[in-house]
Amino acid sequence: MLKFVAGRLLQGILVLLAIYAVTFFLVAATPGSPFSSERAIRPEILAQIEAFYGYDKPVFERFMTSLGNALSGEFGPSAVYANRTVTDIISESFPVSLKLGALSLLLAMTLGIPAGILAAVKRNTWLDYVPMSAAMVGICLPTFVMGPMLALVFGIILKVLPVAGWFGPEFWILPAATLGLVYAAYFARLTRGGMLEMLNQDWVRTARAKGVKETTIIWRHCLKGGLMPAVTFLGPALAGIISGSFVVETIFQVPGLGQWFVRGALNRDDFLILGLTVLFATMIVIMNLLVDIVQVALNPRLKYE
Amino acid sequence: MSDISQTATLQGKPQPDPAAPAVAAMLDELEEGSSLWKDAWARLRKNKLALTSLFLFIVIILFCVVGPFLSPYDSQAQNLLVGAEGPSAAHWFGTDTLGRDLLVRVMEGGRISLLVGLVATTVSLMIGVIFGAVAGYMGGRVDAAMMRFVDLLYALPFTIFVILLMVAFGRSLWLMFVAIGCVEWLTMARIVRSGVIGLKKQEFVEAAVSLGYSHTRIIMRHLIPNVLGPVIVISTLTVPAVMLLEAFLSFLGLGVQPPYASWGVLINEGQQNMEIFPWLLIFPAFFFALTLFCLNFLGDGLRDALDPKSAKD
Repeated sequence: MLKFVAGRLLQGILVLLAIYAVTFFLVAATPGSPFSSERAIRPEILAQIEAFYGYDKPVFERFMTSLGNALSGEFGPSAVYANRTVTDIISESFPVSLKLGALSLLLAMTLGIPAGILAAVKRNTWLDYVPMSAAMVGICLPTFVMGPMLALVFGIILKVLPVAGWFGPEFWILPAATLGLVYAAYFARLTRGGMLEMLNQDWVRTARAKGVKETTIIWRHCLKGGLMPAVTFLGPALAGIISGSFVVETIFQVPGLGQWFVRGALNRDDFLILGLTVLFATMIVIMNLLVDIVQVALNPRLKYE
Repeated sequence: MSDISQTATLQGKPQPDPAAPAVAAMLDELEEGSSLWKDAWARLRKNKLALTSLFLFIVIILFCVVGPFLSPYDSQAQNLLVGAEGPSAAHWFGTDTLGRDLLVRVMEGGRISLLVGLVATTVSLMIGVIFGAVAGYMGGRVDAAMMRFVDLLYALPFTIFVILLMVAFGRSLWLMFVAIGCVEWLTMARIVRSGVIGLKKQEFVEAAVSLGYSHTRIIMRHLIPNVLGPVIVISTLTVPAVMLLEAFLSFLGLGVQPPYASWGVLINEGQQNMEIFPWLLIFPAFFFALTLFCLNFLGDGLRDALDPKSAKD
């Protein structure tokens, strides 16, 4: 187990290094510069700005410095927002995004997994059809349709929930629901599929023939294997929630990381883009690592594949 | 197909006559292929949901492609006198804040969204099928290295890279098509690879190898046609995925740029004014969601029809 975890950890670090390098050189190869503006800046001043941010040095040297800084947790100053460092921006808005992401993931799992189990157990009854049709709707409605629709219904027509801002628990509901419902739908479908596969196994028939109670069959014998597809999906779900947060934070004016990423990309704020990309990638890599470990814990055979 | 091509080539020539095995392959494919497709069609015909989806999808395509020719309005003609009016006899879907007819804009937006679906899926299809087939056919170290590469790409936060690409390369429409296609081929490669691994041990491949056919020919002519079923299924499911990614980018203002508008752009414009002019959001959102519905149901139906074994029940 230790060897397995160490191997995956090493792989994760390599992935992160690759992502850092690709992002850095992609941003560096982009035409234009973060310091170009509508106003004409005198060349001496521009040269001074570039020297301050280290842009007067060759690309490769810049890469090595920035990688060294990043390894010590320092992503440099924001190139567009004067006097703010990328670390400032991250430490300010990361808690907001973390809360939003955690709430949506929690909602997705607590809604989706039980619905999937129920649908599989009560197969071909209305307890199967109704949640699964709802799940299909959830999958087909992207966040940027779901969000405005929810805001329209609950915020503007019914006037029960605020549609913009981030000032208290009632502000969390709509953004978290928008993000979470789509993934609840995926979790429901995957759990249903996984449970059905388990319930159709021969050993379940044997257990039934031996008179094992149906609840024991479901909870003791099938749940572990049946949850596998849902567990595997946790990694992609987190990646999806991160990119979904770009949209949701724009719709509901949530002051989180997603908004900064979009703004950074539009403003060509090199340091901010790099810092946030690495942060997102780190979260995804860690999540994938955790998923791998949980999977092996659930099914030790996987270790040898 | 091995028998006929062998007799055709064993008549003393080291280089096989190119026509004979090709004809044999075509005959064989017709014989076996048509029954596979006939079976699939019979199964699909029983699936009412998938058939309805297919029908609706064709209607949507016609609506978007033919519709603009029948409308008296130009999608870019502004008329501030009728700005932001609700649906009426003159403007069935109402007008936007600049007085442009929303019906025409939805139809023309659909053209771009559907075009993204088509082009990006083709790109992903080509990369995925060739990559997967080569990895599966070569096997061993080559396969291991290629699949490690795919695993690595799976771990990358791709949306972020597409956003960076769009910023880096000036938001051109065609670049976006290619960029989206380039990120959506991983699943395709995996499916094709596992299909090819299953096929390559069969006799007809052995026969083709012993006849001295080149690797390229075996992959292109003998292996890829035999994994067409799953490839079609994954393609149908890739179309909504790439349309979603395009709409996502356009929604954030990184995708399609004015004066062009895709459904994603229209939805974004609509949600900015939804409190006062809700129809600006409702119509494009409805068509976008309906298209995604149809494609997802059609993809599910095709999977059940073409690949009954993997059908999820």
